[in-house]
Amino acid sequence: MSRRSRLLILLTAVLVLGGVALAATLHAAGRAAEKDRARPGDPRVSSGEVALDAPGRSVFRNMAWGPHRDEIASVPASDPSGPRTSSGVRCLRFHTAGGTGICLQAVHGGLRDGYRAVVLDARLHELRHYDLAGIPTRARVSPGGRTVAWTVFVSGDSYAGTNFSTRTSVLDLRTWTLDRNLEDYRFFLDGRLHKAVDTNVWGVTFADDTHFYATVATGGRTHLVRGDRTARTLRSVHTNVECPSLSPDGTRIAYKKRVEGAPEDAPWRLYVLDLRTQRETPTAERRSIDDQAVWRDGRTLVYALPGDYGSDLWTVPADGSGSPRLTMAAALAPAFTG
Amino acid sequence: MYLADSRTAPGVPDTAGRSPSPGRRAAVPATVLTLGTVSLVTDISSEMVTAVLPLYLVAELGLSPLGFGLLDGIHNGVGALVRLAGGRFADRGPGGHKAVAAAGYGLSALCKPLLLFAHGVPLIGAVLAADRTGKGLRTAPRDAMISLACDPTTRGRAFGVHRAMDTAGALIGPLIAFLVLRAAAGGYDAVFTVSGCTAALGVLILLLFVPGRTASPGHHSAPEGRAPLRAVARRPEVRRLTACAVLLGLTTVSDSFLYLTLQRRLDLSETWFPLLPLGTAGAFLLLAVPLGAVADRFGRRRLFLCGHLALLGAYGVLAAPLGGSPALLCLALALHGSFYAATDGVLAAAAADAVPEAVRGSGLAVVQTGQAAARFACSIAFGAAWAAWGDRTALEAAAAGLTVSAAASALLLRPSGSPENARSPQDTQSPKSAKGPAL
Repeated sequence: MSRRSRLLILLTAVLVLGGVALAATLHAAGRAAEKDRARPGDPRVSSGEVALDAPGRSVFRNMAWGPHRDEIASVPASDPSGPRTSSGVRCLRFHTAGGTGICLQAVHGGLRDGYRAVVLDARLHELRHYDLAGIPTRARVSPGGRTVAWTVFVSGDSYAGTNFSTRTSVLDLRTWTLDRNLEDYRFFLDGRLHKAVDTNVWGVTFADDTHFYATVATGGRTHLVRGDRTARTLRSVHTNVECPSLSPDGTRIAYKKRVEGAPEDAPWRLYVLDLRTQRETPTAERRSIDDQAVWRDGRTLVYALPGDYGSDLWTVPADGSGSPRLTMAAALAPAFTG
Repeated sequence: MYLADSRTAPGVPDTAGRSPSPGRRAAVPATVLTLGTVSLVTDISSEMVTAVLPLYLVAELGLSPLGFGLLDGIHNGVGALVRLAGGRFADRGPGGHKAVAAAGYGLSALCKPLLLFAHGVPLIGAVLAADRTGKGLRTAPRDAMISLACDPTTRGRAFGVHRAMDTAGALIGPLIAFLVLRAAAGGYDAVFTVSGCTAALGVLILLLFVPGRTASPGHHSAPEGRAPLRAVARRPEVRRLTACAVLLGLTTVSDSFLYLTLQRRLDLSETWFPLLPLGTAGAFLLLAVPLGAVADRFGRRRLFLCGHLALLGAYGVLAAPLGGSPALLCLALALHGSFYAATDGVLAAAAADAVPEAVRGSGLAVVQTGQAAARFACSIAFGAAWAAWGDRTALEAAAAGLTVSAAASALLLRPSGSPENARSPQDTQSPKSAKGPAL
């Protein structure tokens, strides 16, 4: 083949491949723009003030298409499908308790995007923010509103792109001291000090301002641990527990359990563990759950499942009875005030 | 457009003027630049995917990506076997290097659009494994082609040019991915499509502009017989170089651990952490060509050793109680980048010196696989040491080990005056040239 014809082939290929690449990008851009317009039949969303200390509200990330997509919104807890009030604060993950909010959000930079954790007061005003090392996944506030925790996914350097780990941080709002990485706490596995480089910690749920539960993974297994911020310790209490969520009375843990025989894609079921008896109860939800569930009250669990808008919220009784019910479409990361 | 005649007419400057007369710099052969372009384009493609993959898995698919790390060990093992096979098959006949390299690049290119359809952890894991198989397959034949395309006296610089272009692609890729996602929020499918188109372009450039025959005719009547890998591995030169690469690889702490230590030692903010690899890559990019040229004058194996002293320097900066100034960070990353610049392409060039043309692919594969396997073993051992003793002690142990390895390698590679330490006979160059690559 002559040099000329090879150059011609190359030029043609550059044009064709460039055209395909451009078309794909434009198509995706059009699809993204579509999400900024509300669709008929969507939940009604309007701008307004969201207060984290107003009782009887459900606060969550609104996923419905339109100008308020991804903003923190609220509805009366008694009317979850009612009109939504949207705050204008955009978050990927959110939680609130005791009048304090924690919002993990994306920061769009010039040459790359970053993430940060923003501590919010009851009017959703920023108190402080902290840069994050990776992609936000879990956030929690202690019942008293004086301690917050978050978990991010960190991927290794760019040449080993498939190597992921988690990093979980806990922040004391009275002193603004930040424990950047709970892996620095001493971890006792069945009472013995355990040191391993493959340790990962995620999914904090608070008992009070200093005590919490979380998941520790090491050696291919996951453990429910009880953490103590003063002693800087994590002590295992149960195995095969991920993303724990402590009941309001502090006696039960709702969690993701990896079950035998489930497909590798969808390995988890929603379980409840009684901390006194160590008895595990499967809930009536049979689908795989990848979320840190929230207790709406002492009896009902709320959790997210993929839906038409990215995510819907479902409820199921915590005692294993009943059946799962859709409570709110196009919503994620719920929390319930007072 | 390609001439591989420096070996058919040893000692005579070829028509492209690649055999340099003393004091004059030869142009980098067109084939090396073409292969560099292929690598640049391919790295743009693969780093686009690497850059968005974590976000795609977590934010778009809502997957828990923790399981991925566990597969790395298996992938590394398969990668080593594939690399050996790639080198072996590439040596089989005329045009073999190009054919195997094209298969490797092609396989990786096919994986990019497949990501559009893989939505679960096992499937994505399989696609990533296939992508890596393609990378393993193409590395040795590509390096063999580079080594065969250039004059032996300028091999270090040729590999330096290639590695610099490769690294440039790795730096550009994430930027393009970012721009695509900026234009189309959540447009991961667009990123994969653009990446696939880019990869296809790389394969096409390889097919169109890299010559099929990269060695002199008749070279396949090789003396190595039917088991070239074993025969190559028996050559004393190859053995020594592989032994050094393995020894040094066993004490080369993986990048991720190094960055983690850097972050802890210097108490870096979280925002800086993802930028650390860019520092290394930047230094690598800037220094690859000059250090390659230095290798040609100073001795490739000697520079390969000295490169590890730069790594030792980086360990020293991290282990010494020097506080946490930004200058230290820059110094550590500059040392780390110069380590890569002085060892990555240089090892390939040094390996090419030790292996006759007929089994060049196999020889390069043996040396590089030895190094990769050793580094993998090191990262497991270092992880255990880190857990047991803490980061500083683990790093001190690695530094001590590296010192011992470097000393042993210096002994292994010392010039003994035997002909083994010169270039292999096939690579005869002008005897007038005083600056040979031998140590």
